[in-house]
Amino acid sequence: MTNTLHRYGSPESFQDDFIVFMRSSKGRNEIESVPKLKAFLQTALRHRPVTISQYRRGSTVRPSENLNPIVHWRRPVQDLTPEQIIEAITEDHTVAAIFDTAEAMEAFLCEVKAADWGLSVNVAGLTGETHACAKRAGICRHSVEYSLGFQGALDRLPERPVLELSTMCGHSMVSPNLARKMLDLVREGRRTPEQAAAYLGRFCSCGIFNPTRAIRLLEAPGGGRR
Amino acid sequence: MRIDPRKCVACGNCLAVCPVSAISIDPAIRRATVDRDECVECYACENRMSKEHLNPTLVRAVRGFLKLLRIRFDPEPDVCPTSAFAPEELQWPRSLRRAFSDPCIPHESTGVYGRGTEEVKTNDVTNRVGSGEVGFTVEFGRPAVGTRFREVQAMTMALARIGAVFEKNNPVTALMADPASGAINPEVLEEKVLSAIVEVRTPQAMLPLVLRTVKEVSATLDTVVSVGVAVRCDGEGENSVEAVLAAEGVRAFRGKTNLGLGRLTNLETARA
Repeated sequence: MTNTLHRYGSPESFQDDFIVFMRSSKGRNEIESVPKLKAFLQTALRHRPVTISQYRRGSTVRPSENLNPIVHWRRPVQDLTPEQIIEAITEDHTVAAIFDTAEAMEAFLCEVKAADWGLSVNVAGLTGETHACAKRAGICRHSVEYSLGFQGALDRLPERPVLELSTMCGHSMVSPNLARKMLDLVREGRRTPEQAAAYLGRFCSCGIFNPTRAIRLLEAPGGGRR
Repeated sequence: MRIDPRKCVACGNCLAVCPVSAISIDPAIRRATVDRDECVECYACENRMSKEHLNPTLVRAVRGFLKLLRIRFDPEPDVCPTSAFAPEELQWPRSLRRAFSDPCIPHESTGVYGRGTEEVKTNDVTNRVGSGEVGFTVEFGRPAVGTRFREVQAMTMALARIGAVFEKNNPVTALMADPASGAINPEVLEEKVLSAIVEVRTPQAMLPLVLRTVKEVSATLDTVVSVGVAVRCDGEGENSVEAVLAAEGVRAFRGKTNLGLGRLTNLETARA
């Protein structure tokens, strides 16, 4: 998931954003990986992640093929339970758990190490914080990929609050225009930050959009709620 | 992607949803239309909007009545009420747009979903970036700007000139007519995609040169370039790249950490 690499924001804005994901590599360790992927997410649930997901399917918020129009007045901010996500895993695709504290992520890493599933586990987040947590969990990191940010035609990028929201789907499925619309709806009091975060999250097909960070950004001064 | 004018009710929801702003309301027909040259076939509209399958005539009548009363309906912003998207069968080279833009389909060249590459995520079992090497992911078009392959080619040719080695298992490399020069198949140069990732590997000593080259070429492009630098850590989990990046004036505080917990298990599973 390069998808998780280039999120936009200051170091302070990533204190509640740690994505732990596990995946196999074709021809090396993908055989019998499905039970391991399920076990990874079941273990994650014990540490209260803000959401969990499977790649290509999404997180607990997903679009509906047959939405009842009546739902406009009582639409839930969660479409699936975490247990339903785990139950539906039948294919070998990356799974992810998103945490909003380094402490929860570290406790999870301790269990991941002990479980020894043999699949590749990565953490996308602040590299210094992740390194420290991994060390305390008895894990020596193997490789790091650093994000060096954006360059080139920067004048084509949207404004900062929009960029902070929309880059939470690195595949660009969360459009800047939609993020801007959500900021406006929250500012005008027409939607709650929780509802706006759910709308945005439904567009992230990998389900690694962090609703906790999104709600914070939507509520922030200069963000949605002024 | 096309929008069926018989079904579209011009509610405008899909305008905000399109990552590259390729959808607009055509005032002549009062329906949403897709600019085919700008559309990158990412399917964000078709795959990620919820659908209600309402009768278009009924929706238009209700909207028309509300308009008369100067009342504006406030719909759910992620819904296409009449399921008006009509995906088309894509022919080469347009089919490349979807391969490079829709993360839910695999790249034919690598069999990998998303942007088609495993990068450092499985480096603990692939050793793609070895000790003493640096892996670069140079991504074009993201976030939400898009790119054409002629812009990607400007970079690949510059990187080839300084001796960078392109990752073989990468969808952009698979499009190269001549990997030694970085030249991309001329047939696809004008195709627009949401993002494309070029991957190269060099010795660590070349890190400053590659960074400067990428910066120079990026300044000439009409798209956004995001750069990732991957490195293998030593036995203590440390690496010397952070110091080099700092010396180059680059602030790198966020990234992806491979924890080294993967191993080759296919054989042991098969034996068991």
